Amino acid sequence: MNSTLTQERIIALRKKRSAQDLRFKYYGFIAMCLALAVLVFLLYSIFSRGFSAFQKTTILLEINYDQEVLKLTPNSTDQEIEKGKFFKVKKNALNNVFENLSKSDAKLIKKLFSTNIDKEIKNYYIDNPSVLNTTQKLWVTAHSNVDQMLKGNSRRDVPEDRRKLNDIQLSFIDQLVEEDRIQKEFNNFFFTRADSRHPEIAGIAGSFMGSLLTLFVVFILSFPIAIGASVYLEEFAPKNKLTELIEVNISNLAAVPSIVFGLLGLGVLLNVFGFPRSTPLVGGTVLALMTLPTIIIACRASLKAVPPSIKEGALAIGATKSQAVFHHVVPLALPGTLTGTIIGLAQALGETAPLIMIGMVAFIPNIPTGITEPSASLPVQIFLWVESAERGFQEKSAAAIMIILLFLFMMNALAVYLRNRFEKKW
Amino acid sequence: MVENNNTKISAKDVDVFYSEKQALNKISMDIKEKEVTALIGPSGCGKSTFLRCINRMNDLIEICKVTGSIKVDNEEIISSSTDVVSLRSKIGMVFQKPNPFPKSIFDNVAYGPSIHGLADTKSDLENIVITSLKKAGLYNEVKDRLNEPGTSLSGGQQQRLCIARAIAVNPEIILMDEPCSALDPIATAIIEELIDELRLNYTIIIVTHSMQQAARVSQKTCFFHLGELIESGETNKIFTNPDNTKTQDYITGRFG
Repeated sequence: MNSTLTQERIIALRKKRSAQDLRFKYYGFIAMCLALAVLVFLLYSIFSRGFSAFQKTTILLEINYDQEVLKLTPNSTDQEIEKGKFFKVKKNALNNVFENLSKSDAKLIKKLFSTNIDKEIKNYYIDNPSVLNTTQKLWVTAHSNVDQMLKGNSRRDVPEDRRKLNDIQLSFIDQLVEEDRIQKEFNNFFFTRADSRHPEIAGIAGSFMGSLLTLFVVFILSFPIAIGASVYLEEFAPKNKLTELIEVNISNLAAVPSIVFGLLGLGVLLNVFGFPRSTPLVGGTVLALMTLPTIIIACRASLKAVPPSIKEGALAIGATKSQAVFHHVVPLALPGTLTGTIIGLAQALGETAPLIMIGMVAFIPNIPTGITEPSASLPVQIFLWVESAERGFQEKSAAAIMIILLFLFMMNALAVYLRNRFEKKW
Repeated sequence: MVENNNTKISAKDVDVFYSEKQALNKISMDIKEKEVTALIGPSGCGKSTFLRCINRMNDLIEICKVTGSIKVDNEEIISSSTDVVSLRSKIGMVFQKPNPFPKSIFDNVAYGPSIHGLADTKSDLENIVITSLKKAGLYNEVKDRLNEPGTSLSGGQQQRLCIARAIAVNPEIILMDEPCSALDPIATAIIEELIDELRLNYTIIIVTHSMQQAARVSQKTCFFHLGELIESGETNKIFTNPDNTKTQDYITGRFG
């Protein structure tokens, strides 16, 4: 055999091998760049569309809190104020937005304002009772159509019959802009109000609270059950056919489509046990069932990760099995268990399908205060808003997606923090 | 050396199976009180398995089955009615790799006494911890940092901490499963000295791979090979004039 030939062949092969290595490195890099690009595109499209929802348009209105018109006195009780004729005050104010308005123009002007401004005018009076018999300049919420037009979300160069605002209304808006009587300000309604039919006053507070209460129920139900089940399976259960079957089925359950759990909730929780429909209680129960397998798997993994020498050490000095498990193994596994639970909760937070099955898709204009009150949840709220035709809801849904992403991000950050903070080295 | 004839542990016909595979075959031996007995033999010969029979740690291995009889102080321990918890409080164990709990040095030693209810007051507990640490020869090194984690100690110190932890529950027997195999020569020497002192109060059984160590620390030596007890007797005799040729071959380094 010619030894130089062999040598050359080895060198050639080595070159080929290192080229392969390099190629693979580039493939990986390209794949990562593609994934990042998609992510950036996704985030950009959500943020660019949703960011405007954090601002609302308000219009300056001169309101004359006339005692006679309101039918109020400085000594009126709260109930009397509640019944005060604020709509009349509003009507007067609207008629005087511009001088010498015709009746038809006044009607058109009225449509530039939110239907909520009666309440805004009333609330201002409740906060400042001393304004009786004075004229106040108040920034009140504009109608969503005006809001969208000024934000550039709806276009004004399309034919008049395809616009929500006609030419006369547009000229009014232009005049208001010119006189600096229209402005954009922080949209507090988005964070303090529940859903509404009117986009300009719809907010996510209701669905956020709903999600929070639902997650609370999920946590309360799934965390203890998951810990119990995983500790039993990992440390106490005899290894036989039955426990093997249970283990396999836990893994299978983790892969069951979530809507199946929704059907279970509908069929069993609502129809058999009569849980109240559309509530965080039933939503949380369904989502807890859905996330249990995931959490159990994570808990078992973290229990398994505790070195057996720790348990042996405890047993060897005469600890009972449960002492060894609960004094040593479980505390060491706890950071991992909590992380797994939070990941499970994050999964539950983003789940829509099972909630639709149990009726959490209903229109709920109130902020829920308990787990037995009907409520919405963030993902379902997004689903509802995306579906609706009003243009004002489009930016709202994008903004709600931003909020849910932020929520998820914070939960994951908490998981990472807990893991780093409490993880013990040995 | 003062001879004593009090048998502490008496094993008779001990068989151990891992599923189908037989790991120990008809082991019978007597272990004397307050002596160091060394179990030597090549890897996989069953010496650790035998050691773990004595405090029933083999129970943890699901597929492991032990038959025969082991008597500790004339009480049968290979039986389903044996109270494993009280057995283990009587028989301490030190493992191959130091395994302190990820807790403070104090808590490591205090754990045993507190679960067994050996201390009524906090100062009792402190006394037990300090005496145990002193007996394990660790107290002077750690007295200023009892609240630091046990895992922050060096390997040799960790192993002595584990010895202190075992002593703290007042055992009569201490089992040591290759306690020095993860340690450097200096730490090993310290542990060996410690074993020599502990022998005065405890019956010690030590599994070791190092024949020099067996020769240094033990009074009795048992040689295992392929699951059988080949030879046992006075350490001096085993190392200078063994009866069995296999023993001879092993201690002279011809196999193993």
